[in-house]
Amino acid sequence: MGEPPFDDLYRELILDHYRRPRNRGPLPAPTVQAEGVNPVCGDEIHLDLEVADGVVRDVGFWGQGCSISQSSASMLTERVKGRRLEEAEEVAGKVRSMLVEGAPPDRTLGDLEALEGVAKLPVRVKCALLAWNVLLEALRQARAAAQEERHG
Amino acid sequence: MLDVGRVREDFPILRQEVHGRRLVYLDNAATTQKPRQVIEALVRYYETSNANIHRGIHTLAARATEQYEGARARVARFIGAGGPDEVVFTRNATEAINLVARAWGDAFVGEGDEVVLTLMEHHSNIVPWQLLARRKGAVLRYAGVTPDGRLDLDEIRRLIGPRTRLVAATQMSNVLGTINPVSDIAEMAHSTGALLLVDGAQGVPHLGVDVSRLGADFLAFSAHKMLGPTGVGVLWARRELLEAMPPFLGGGDMIAVVRPEGSTWAELPHKFEAGTPNIADVIAFGEAVAYLEGLGMANVRRHEEELTALALERLARVPGVRVFGPASAAERGGVVSFAMESAHPHDVATIADGYGVAIRAGHHCAQLLMRALGVPATSRASFSVYNGPDDIEALVEALEGVNRVFGEGHGRAAVR
Repeated sequence: MGEPPFDDLYRELILDHYRRPRNRGPLPAPTVQAEGVNPVCGDEIHLDLEVADGVVRDVGFWGQGCSISQSSASMLTERVKGRRLEEAEEVAGKVRSMLVEGAPPDRTLGDLEALEGVAKLPVRVKCALLAWNVLLEALRQARAAAQEERHG
Repeated sequence: MLDVGRVREDFPILRQEVHGRRLVYLDNAATTQKPRQVIEALVRYYETSNANIHRGIHTLAARATEQYEGARARVARFIGAGGPDEVVFTRNATEAINLVARAWGDAFVGEGDEVVLTLMEHHSNIVPWQLLARRKGAVLRYAGVTPDGRLDLDEIRRLIGPRTRLVAATQMSNVLGTINPVSDIAEMAHSTGALLLVDGAQGVPHLGVDVSRLGADFLAFSAHKMLGPTGVGVLWARRELLEAMPPFLGGGDMIAVVRPEGSTWAELPHKFEAGTPNIADVIAFGEAVAYLEGLGMANVRRHEEELTALALERLARVPGVRVFGPASAAERGGVVSFAMESAHPHDVATIADGYGVAIRAGHHCAQLLMRALGVPATSRASFSVYNGPDDIEALVEALEGVNRVFGEGHGRAAVR
């Protein structure tokens, strides 16, 4: 019997981010902090953002869970670092539609395209989504803080 | 060992391939597959006997009632009950435990009274007691687990005191497979006048049980984990306890006389079975019990013990695998939880599925135990009567596949 095919899910890029997560650990001076847990499987992601002038200057994550949840978070940090809040939100939206609706990956997603294989495994979609939901919560907080500053 | 080839012929679902490979079903602690005898009983009931039971005069109603009560009598014999009136059908083991927590607990547990639990319990034997404690101001105490996955009996003994009203413990852990010395725990509980509830969801299907010798006061288990259909659970309790308990749910079938100012209750066990029960599934459950009796529970136990011993031996040789729970198969049922150094349990389960091997990954509804073991989740393989040594080999092949995909010594260790 041949080797069952896992190439589509466990692409080298995913395994690489799992083994060597980028931007791991809390930030010294985060502007916003968000966290999320998947109650079904216990996956856990914490996300720190340092936001200034509408730009994500720095980002750090930590947590525990499967290769999909942790590599997704690691790729997320690389992707949103240095981006404007609106850009980060746009990326999150594109990743969501790729994972949830099975939309073909947008060419602007770059490395995040590696998550495409997860969309074919409905039981694992929530693993990949976790970090992006946490990001959306962090972005919401960042926007609320910015608005308060303007009005306050 | 059982003649696995012949047993498998009775289970139509096993005749399929998953991802191009023979289905190897090792998720039996979650639910077992059903033999055609059970499936046919469901169809036969709806094609030949369907009617509402009790109080019916016509032929079908009488037939359905006879079959339903026949299943109850069979279950009563299977567990050594004092009679069919000690067997209450519920939706599942969870509902059976909730029934006790509500009907018995609300009546007999007061403020400051104590309920002793163990960290090994399934959430279904924890949360109903937490709810009771909140309603009544009772106190919960938890006995811990030794490093090798046994119940800490000294701690249980220390925790049981004059305020203890109930001890609730599992006959067999759904995560570690550990078989608990229920009779010893019963003695400890009874020495201070406390009662013992046993969660038999794992134990009854795989070890069998004789409540006349177990020492328990309440026993809860589920049909779907013992080759029967979903939607049926059993509460067994000593007759005098059931008699002393107020009803759980109110409605039809559970009353004797209804008057505007109040009602009187039906005889046991009907007092606890309000409304039309799950007639078809109870009757089919009777067939599942008959199937297990046909195999013989002693043979079932021996078979699963041999498989467990083989699994423990083979898994120990897969690099990076750490097995939880007692080292000896004699002290555990057919449940093997493990962690892999290279990969998270969810990744293990996904890759195993690619090999056609169905295992479970997660906290197994035992978050207290996961915390005690210091892991967020485990992978779990669990056995039944249709599993054979070839299934263990398939599992080992799948785990070797996990190591190939993730590479030994990498992965999770590097992330944490």
